Amino acid sequence: MLRKLFKFHGGVKPQTNKTQSTTAAIAAVPLPDRLVIPLHQAVGGHPRPLVQPGEHVLKGQRIGGADGNLSSAVHASTSGIVRDVAQAVMPHTSGLTTLSVIIEPDGEDRWCELEKVNYRSTPPDELRDFLRDAGVVGLGGAVFPSYAKLKPGKEGKLKTLVINGAECEPFITCDDMLMRERASDMLKGIVAMRYMLQAEEVLIGIEDNKPEAVASVQAAIRASGETGIEAVAIPTRYPAGGAKQLIRVLTGIEVPHGRRSTDFGVQCFNVGTAFSIFEALEHGRPLISRLVTVAGNVTAPRNYDVLIGTPMDHLVRLAGPRPDTDRYIMGGPMMGVRMPGFDVPVVKATNCVLVGSPALFPAPPPEMPCIRCGECAKACPADLAPFEMYWFSRSKNFGKAQEYHLFDCIECGCCSFVCPSHIPLVDYFRFSKSEIWSREREKESSDGARDRFEFKNFRQEREKQEKAEKLAAKAAATREKVATEGAATPAAADGEAAPKPKPSATDAKRALIEAAMEKARQQKAQVAPKNTDHLAPDVEADIAAIDARRNAAPARAADTPDA
Amino acid sequence: MITALLVMTGIALVLGAVLGFASIKFKVEGDPLVEKIDAILPQTQCGQCGFPGCRPYATAIADGEAEINQCPPGGEEGIRKLADLLGREFKPLSEEHGVEKPKSVAVIDEATCIGCTLCIQACPVDAIVGAAKQLHTIVAAECTGCELCLAPCPVDCITMEAITETVDTWKWRYPVVEIKAA
Repeated sequence: MLRKLFKFHGGVKPQTNKTQSTTAAIAAVPLPDRLVIPLHQAVGGHPRPLVQPGEHVLKGQRIGGADGNLSSAVHASTSGIVRDVAQAVMPHTSGLTTLSVIIEPDGEDRWCELEKVNYRSTPPDELRDFLRDAGVVGLGGAVFPSYAKLKPGKEGKLKTLVINGAECEPFITCDDMLMRERASDMLKGIVAMRYMLQAEEVLIGIEDNKPEAVASVQAAIRASGETGIEAVAIPTRYPAGGAKQLIRVLTGIEVPHGRRSTDFGVQCFNVGTAFSIFEALEHGRPLISRLVTVAGNVTAPRNYDVLIGTPMDHLVRLAGPRPDTDRYIMGGPMMGVRMPGFDVPVVKATNCVLVGSPALFPAPPPEMPCIRCGECAKACPADLAPFEMYWFSRSKNFGKAQEYHLFDCIECGCCSFVCPSHIPLVDYFRFSKSEIWSREREKESSDGARDRFEFKNFRQEREKQEKAEKLAAKAAATREKVATEGAATPAAADGEAAPKPKPSATDAKRALIEAAMEKARQQKAQVAPKNTDHLAPDVEADIAAIDARRNAAPARAADTPDA
Repeated sequence: MITALLVMTGIALVLGAVLGFASIKFKVEGDPLVEKIDAILPQTQCGQCGFPGCRPYATAIADGEAEINQCPPGGEEGIRKLADLLGREFKPLSEEHGVEKPKSVAVIDEATCIGCTLCIQACPVDAIVGAAKQLHTIVAAECTGCELCLAPCPVDCITMEAITETVDTWKWRYPVVEIKAA
């Protein structure tokens, strides 16, 4: 049956460079000497470390626990000894460090005890918790925790489940090879997702430059006998693999600004995610490895099944990097980001390690002024006006840039690709976005500070007032007492405060004050710090030192007038 | 003649009544300009401007009693925003009020703290927790870096530490065009 397909606006057709890495089958990677597994690999909260240095871990053992609302667990990729839980450079353009677990493999590669789940007999909430603890995240590049997306929505069911096998970015072929070699397992993952989402139909979108993958998936669907699942070849045009673009091509639904595809009964997952869901449910294996394409400036581009945490140079060495290699890019040439070093680890987001050299990716020609030709707007798959957003980003007029829907930009790079003035538009948009985020964070914290300041002032006023009221009440009571006592016994009750033969009301008052002061002195003397019994001598010494400092402090404060 | 006078008086009375009603009905509480200025100020409540907090400074600016360049934490960007809002000329930060510093948080050296509560009283945003004769500590997320706790500390156990960039707060740099020698 021929399905009617739709078109998305814009897009470009860069050279695909995909055939080089699809000639050989997926290969395994020998264990490296050291695995560096960053704890924060997915969108959401930082997982907290669950292991200590020196501890022995097994393959698949949880080393980072999901923390917070949206967070996903992290696991040991092989068995070995935890050498350290420390800051390590992460695969991020900034070159900043993040808390990572460093594992020295013992070479046994021994699995921990794995727990399988029957998804049909498990309540949906438990199933989602299971997937969260299995560390399953979107492998298309956004690394959004999958469990959070596996909710059928308000209506309790989904119309269309879109599986993204488009893989539009040049050089990258990991999804292609997955579909060719592991289609039937991937399909089982898709069936499980369809069950969880109660989806009516499943559409697997694959760009038509991957006929082998289309054939393989179609064969797997036929062999499984499942109905309502269809592998659809879509025209090759970058970025057909963008979630919104793929949904548009397959269903004709255009997700508008500020809405989500689930509002229209569509949810989208990557083929790699489907495979890792299969692994988690069927075998109980958490996400500890993924397919990574090594391409670019190497003699033998190929796809590898890589353990998370493997250093990139260990992986690239297998593919034979050429001597003029000067950089690694994580991702493809359009959206990829340059790595701060060669030994950064492969993480869940690493779909490709693109090896670069000055010859393969020469520095762009100098940026020329924008001539407002509108080519970028014609190419923009998100229907934006990049030249306007560029203008406002360049002049740091972020409010205006946002008015042009800067945050709908998917950073696909089409605008930079077509720009005749060689303007790195996406760099400007990324700059603008992070500036806006930082301003929002600052705004939030300053609003918080204002509230706290105002509340503190209010509290101080209230305390002052309460104290004044209390004092007034007490003074009234005292006056009354003095008046009655003075009238009853003119010789003032307290013996020591009655030196004069005829005490007046003021003397009685003074006596009361002195009695109160004496009481306060006694109370002060009685106050003793708690928890001071049975202390170790060093703690007692510490306490003595602190007491000495405390006694010395007022004297010092008096010495230095500005203190 | 009489009719014209009557008509004009009538119109004047009606319009006067409408205006009078409007001035009661749509009365604006407080100065809306103060709110706008206060929103620009960084809310550190540090008092470096010479006023006891950001809001009093905002009020002083609105009343024309203070210059717009007295807020070091707001920095040059803050002055530019104020200049834009108020239609005043941009001025560099006044030196007598301090210099722009990187954002930082206060840290209490727990070994030296004697638990005197002086810093707790000084903190304008209640970001220090502790009690008499008990160790104090700073809630880093709430600390505005105003440095008001430094002076009262009798044992000098509080230091300011600059906030370092993390992956979550990292920002993409402004694209710089490299100029090559011809």
